Amino acid sequence: MCLGIPGEVIEFLPDQPDLARVNVSGVRRVINVGLLCDELPKPGEWVLIHVGFALSKIDEDEAKAALDFLESIGQAYADELAALQESRIE
Amino acid sequence: MTGHSGAPASPGATAGPGITASPGTTASPGINTSSGTTTGADTTTGPGITASPGATTGPGATTGPGATTSPDTTTGPGGTAGPGGTTGPRDFAGTGASGMPGTEAGLPQAAGWVEDALRDHHRHGSSAPPAPAVRADTAPDREQQVLDRIDRARRRRPRVKEERITMSHGSGGKATRTLVEAVFLDAFRNPLLEPLEDAAQLNMDGARLAFTTDSYVVSPLFFPGGDIGDLAVNGTVNDLAVAGATPLYLSAGFILEEGFPVADLSRIVASMTAAADRAGVEVVTGDTKVVQKGKADGCYINTAGVGLVGQNVHLGVANARPGDAVIVSGPIGDHGVTIMLARGELDIEADICSDTAPLSGLAADLLAATSGVRALRDATRGGVATILNEVASAAGVSVVVSEDDIPVRTEVRGASELLGIDPLYVACEGRLVAIVDGGEAEQALAAMRAHPLGQQAAIIGTVAADPPGIVLLKTTFGGTRIVDLLVGDPLPRIC
Amino acid sequence: MRFVDEFRDAEKAHALAAKIASLCEPGRQYKLMEVCGGHTHTIYKHGLEDYLPETVTLVHGPGCPVCVIPMGRVDDAMHLAAQDDVIMTSFGDMMRVPGSNGSFFDAKALGTDIRMVYSPLDSLKIARQNPDRRVVFMAIGFETTAPSTAMTVLRAAAEGLKNFSVFCNHVTIIPAIKAILDSPDLRLDGFIGPGHVSTVIGCRPYEFIARDYGKPVVVAGFEPLDILQSIYMLMLQLAEGRSVVENQYARVVPWDGNPTALKAIGSVMELRPYFEWRGLGFISHSALRMREAYAAFDAEGLFQVPGVRVADPKACQCGEVLKGVLKPWECKVFGTACTPETPIGTCMVSPEGACAAYYNFGRLRRQRVQEVTIS
Repeated sequence: MCLGIPGEVIEFLPDQPDLARVNVSGVRRVINVGLLCDELPKPGEWVLIHVGFALSKIDEDEAKAALDFLESIGQAYADELAALQESRIE
Repeated sequence: MTGHSGAPASPGATAGPGITASPGTTASPGINTSSGTTTGADTTTGPGITASPGATTGPGATTGPGATTSPDTTTGPGGTAGPGGTTGPRDFAGTGASGMPGTEAGLPQAAGWVEDALRDHHRHGSSAPPAPAVRADTAPDREQQVLDRIDRARRRRPRVKEERITMSHGSGGKATRTLVEAVFLDAFRNPLLEPLEDAAQLNMDGARLAFTTDSYVVSPLFFPGGDIGDLAVNGTVNDLAVAGATPLYLSAGFILEEGFPVADLSRIVASMTAAADRAGVEVVTGDTKVVQKGKADGCYINTAGVGLVGQNVHLGVANARPGDAVIVSGPIGDHGVTIMLARGELDIEADICSDTAPLSGLAADLLAATSGVRALRDATRGGVATILNEVASAAGVSVVVSEDDIPVRTEVRGASELLGIDPLYVACEGRLVAIVDGGEAEQALAAMRAHPLGQQAAIIGTVAADPPGIVLLKTTFGGTRIVDLLVGDPLPRIC
Repeated sequence: MRFVDEFRDAEKAHALAAKIASLCEPGRQYKLMEVCGGHTHTIYKHGLEDYLPETVTLVHGPGCPVCVIPMGRVDDAMHLAAQDDVIMTSFGDMMRVPGSNGSFFDAKALGTDIRMVYSPLDSLKIARQNPDRRVVFMAIGFETTAPSTAMTVLRAAAEGLKNFSVFCNHVTIIPAIKAILDSPDLRLDGFIGPGHVSTVIGCRPYEFIARDYGKPVVVAGFEPLDILQSIYMLMLQLAEGRSVVENQYARVVPWDGNPTALKAIGSVMELRPYFEWRGLGFISHSALRMREAYAAFDAEGLFQVPGVRVADPKACQCGEVLKGVLKPWECKVFGTACTPETPIGTCMVSPEGACAAYYNFGRLRRQRVQEVTIS
């Protein structure tokens, strides 16, 4: 139910519009992109792969937003830790 | 899946084809896109289910599972539940459970094997019967009691419960170990066999010999990076190498399938010749059998090997002690993933090839560089995880490894993620795991890295005292988890 | 690995853990349920519970589509596999699930032609390659997987394949969540919402949880940081007295789901009036079956499965584990009679079952874990 892996679309298969070759960390597999037919992914875009089908496009902006949030939390934490350290030195 | 939101199921009827559950029900709204209007108060769509108190949904509501925790489910074997089973429409206070199988049609069957399994377990188990329902202890203590009970269960005498051999028995995991201990060790029992190391240590007239045997049944026979012939020679050489022996002589027995191309056989034998030369061994005796078409998958090879063990070498996984370092000679999982992909069923292409190689040179260099080597193993089926578990249980120690430090090729990682398997359990055919005195770890590492087959050697963890018999992994993430033996081969999962 | 590694960063985990801890009201216990078996798996695999304060407990939910298949259905599948000319194809997850008379694995040992596939499309390929055999695909999974089965059937229909059929055991997630919510045994504070199911059904279906039951829901991704961030978002809602549906996994989950996927399901499948869930009993409108129009691809119709109900074994407490009422170690047979090697129930067999996850990965007291990891 749950195992979905991000993969990068490399190319579409010449006479099969539903099929695309994706790359997952250097591993390549042909998957069916029929579930995304309304907005087919372009080569270079990333999709979520589940049992040989692309279920969803990975929205890079959202991904970046998620990471930015985590960065900010991380930074705030690091700042707090630093502040804690400094206050002890005195 | 769009719903006919204007066509509620009529009272008393079950929803027919093409009609979605009446609006306001709890069927996946994502599927029937109903808009939440409620129809009448009938509750007979489906098996007479009443909405539980306080629920705000309308007709066709799902049952509160409070109704299903009938006393049956909380007793152990010999409980008072009748054969009516623990679930079913009779458990729900309902009005007219219509159209449901089993309501009028009689009692559901029971799976007798569970009762048998439990009786069996209690007859043969030394652990106490299940704890009583009274929970006088605090939760953490109770959890610990359960864990202790599990510990005892794990240490029980192994028994093979299956009546027939399954593929799990051949995967190198728990099922294999149980089979070996319960059937083979039990029957053949003798001190030379007991250690169950990769090779037996023999003493013949003062000469210390290591003696091993292996069978090769890989399919496909030819794969990126090698073939069954390479495996046959390297695998046997490696079993001797990790015993601290200089491999000398091999035997090679062939079981050939009727119809197998001689050209393929020649190819395999050519590989074996090359591999033997590379490893410095000779094939000095052999055997050939032919079986009917349909058996032997083309070609099976059985080997035996002997080598000489140096006088000062005493290796064995039982020697591991707290403070020792765990070193692996290179990236893991290459071979197993190569084979999985080569079988062609998964439609995955990758530039991965088998790591099959003779490790005798590497092992010799390591043993020459330091006297602190406690044990060597080659990680074959079952992967590195199996070896770590063997160390932990043989020596009664804990092995703690760090995910960040374990070398895995990117493509192997990608394929594993895609399939949902863990590289730790995937077979290698040219990787050493070394347990080395902590103080000598850096030296050992340097010696290994100086050898072509050990260039990516890495220290992946340490041996600790506690908890004994358990392998722990510190995740990239910082948490900790157990790395237990799998029952059988890691199966690709979708979930 | 992109979109994976960044979400496994340990430092950020500590930061999130600190924030979660800071949101805990003194003296208050928090119970959050992760519905999805995949989340349970990640939680144990990465040791996420180590990051949570003692007062925050994660309760494992019924979102494991393998775990909820009753024995009778497994028996039906075995019956199909046993037909002379049938090639049964199945995901790896199902291979060891025991019915009354063994599992697919056991049947394979006796010579039954059962093959593991990664995708229903692989099953279709086997059908094309074996025109004289009948190929049956054991379809399992929630709404995540149903579209793939549906698309495969549509493909089979388009190609005019005559020897391919599906034994449909797809289940839907909302009724299961509703069953949990209505359970008097359980008081939950919030839900870590299913991630990949939501790519198909979107986030709207969970709104009733927040609106009618007052429990916050955060749809979560599957990497450790995703889950921690989702827990943080839940705790924030609780601290602020809000209860809404939020989408932490926005990089993958569209709020409105995947209409194409829903349409595919809708054209090929329909809701069953009721379906039996292991341990949860009969739940109405909670599972899918093939539509009449696709009867030619419906194994249940083509083969007449026995359809006999098999009672959940008395000693098996999978039901309660699935409902989150019991923790795995609280089951009477956990780890003793029921182990991964000798499983009694589905929670121990399925790779994402709570019992398997706990036994294989988590079976260690937290205190000992601290001792080990500090060194």
